[in-house]
Amino acid sequence: MPSSGAAPGDVLTAEHVLEYTYTRSVGPVIGRFFTGLREQRIEGIRARDGRVICPPTEYDPATGEQLDDWVPVADAGEITSWTWVAEPRPEHPLAEPFAWALIRLDGSDTAMLHAVGARAPDAVRTGARVRARWRAERRGHITDIECFEVVE
Amino acid sequence: MREVAVVSFAQSPTTVEDARSEVEILQPVLHQAVERSGIAREQIGFTVSGSCDYLAGQPFAFVMGLEAVGAWPPIRESHVEMDGAWALYEAWARLQHGDIDAALVYAFGKSSTGDLPKVMTLQLDPYYLAPLWPDAISVAALQARALLDAGAHTERDMAEVAARSRRDAASNPNAQVSGDTSADALLQEPYVSTPLRAHDCPSAGDGSAAVVLAAGALAREVAERPVWIRGIDHRIEPHALGARDLTTSASTRIAAAAAGASSDKIDLAELYAPFSHQELILRDALGLNGQTAINPSGGALTANPMMVAGLIRIGEAASRIARGEADRGLAHATSGPCLQQNLVCVLEGE
Amino acid sequence: MSEAAAPESVTMMDAPIRLTYSYTPGVAQSEFLRALTERRILGQRCSTCEQVYVPPRGMCARDGIALEGTFELPDTGVVSGFCIVNIPFAGQAVECPYVSASITFDGADIPIFHLVQEIDPAAVHVGMRVQAVWSEEPQPSMQTIRYFRPLEAADA
Repeated sequence: MPSSGAAPGDVLTAEHVLEYTYTRSVGPVIGRFFTGLREQRIEGIRARDGRVICPPTEYDPATGEQLDDWVPVADAGEITSWTWVAEPRPEHPLAEPFAWALIRLDGSDTAMLHAVGARAPDAVRTGARVRARWRAERRGHITDIECFEVVE
Repeated sequence: MREVAVVSFAQSPTTVEDARSEVEILQPVLHQAVERSGIAREQIGFTVSGSCDYLAGQPFAFVMGLEAVGAWPPIRESHVEMDGAWALYEAWARLQHGDIDAALVYAFGKSSTGDLPKVMTLQLDPYYLAPLWPDAISVAALQARALLDAGAHTERDMAEVAARSRRDAASNPNAQVSGDTSADALLQEPYVSTPLRAHDCPSAGDGSAAVVLAAGALAREVAERPVWIRGIDHRIEPHALGARDLTTSASTRIAAAAAGASSDKIDLAELYAPFSHQELILRDALGLNGQTAINPSGGALTANPMMVAGLIRIGEAASRIARGEADRGLAHATSGPCLQQNLVCVLEGE
Repeated sequence: MSEAAAPESVTMMDAPIRLTYSYTPGVAQSEFLRALTERRILGQRCSTCEQVYVPPRGMCARDGIALEGTFELPDTGVVSGFCIVNIPFAGQAVECPYVSASITFDGADIPIFHLVQEIDPAAVHVGMRVQAVWSEEPQPSMQTIRYFRPLEAADA
């Protein structure tokens, strides 16, 4: 609400909310990946140079050609980088302190960015093995993976 | 290629601007840049701006900038939803056509009105990343961790960058942050997102800047020491963070080579590194040794008006060369998460 | 799951976005908005082209120069353009049909946009004189003018 009766020299401010309720079409590649997530399956796609990219891209990052060589990928892998978030923001996937991580799943040559639920920063390290914690109700969305967890 | 020079530069102090609108911040800066150029407004054949509507939270917010330009009679005008450094690239390219001799480049933005780390999440992959809402600080922290893991740099190296930047900013009246501090003192501070501490990250600030470019004979006519753009190039890396090597900057290296950066000495380098670890990556990519002064302005760690800071790097480097403090230098600008896209501009005084 | 039909492939994704900002109207427009709480209309004249801006913008968009100083204008003016909105749309605040008009205050050179009421939409015409109808409790907001109503005086 605008501040009424503001004295001269006071700065007027008003809250402004920008809100978009988008529904995006995902296309055949992302669509297939999300369909897999709904079924607790993860797939990557093989690039021209043989690298498996996960999550999959529609086109080869180097040559630009269309890709369609799908490869199954495990729902577990290794942390290649991470950062500890001591004070999660309201929009973050977890409400309690957690880590963001780049995770290279077994079978993939590239890493996926997701959240890692852990009790403390010393539980997380580069090289740690993690496994997906799947959401009970899945809909074909990146959040079908609730987060990853460190496994010993 | 047609010779194009920077003939003037103006900027506003980077602050958290409570009272003035973007246009009120921008207008005096535009006025100064045009006045200092010695070129009449009517002689400017092309005007191009850089800004981001998401900083204002309004579609087509960039159009408001034209109020400060005085666009009558109608002008040739363009805009990029990017840092003003890319607007300058477009102006340089436009001047190559040969039909006009002067261009005005400007950039503006108020980051303080919104939640900048959250706003920047919207630049990420909308399917795989944005729905998780990783903020810009966290994303940069992933790159910092990867750099430390690679072994060639340490948290102390990052703190040295931050300390040096703050000390140098003390002599920059336009910097938002400055101070006499040391790496030892900074390393005592807590993490905000490991391994980044507050001083490893930029503050959110508001500001604007403008540059006038002139070609060939006109540049020599109006400027005491035209600062020639000897080369300018920009490159972009793949979108997927997990598919990139975050510890090196191939796009910076390639852009610098294409711009001819190391064909001669580099007296100074203004690098757009809003995070301390990114300066380390950029110095490696550019092969800068101890001979080059890095960010004498204090750099983006001390003033980071989004969409403006890259143009300011070009302006700061050019100003020092114009004043005779240096002969040849480079300015760098970055865009996208973790140094995804990089522009290198090689500048040399007449 | 039955073996009859496989679930359909995923084709769409919800992608809601919500960002909150603290908007400030700037120095010149803040002065205008504050004057509205006193039921006053402020304008600003350009020292070069002499155009009068309402609301004041702090600069002249034609000449690109900063402007200072404001002066009061009457709350009467002329309809310089209008349209009759007949089609309902989401988020509509006024019942159809209604008149949305550009209204140039007496002494101003650029119009504002507002509503014209207390008249059959079919009778609205360019050049008709109107007067602001103010709300009982003025706020620093354009909605403090509820709408414009026709003035009896001769058309501009």
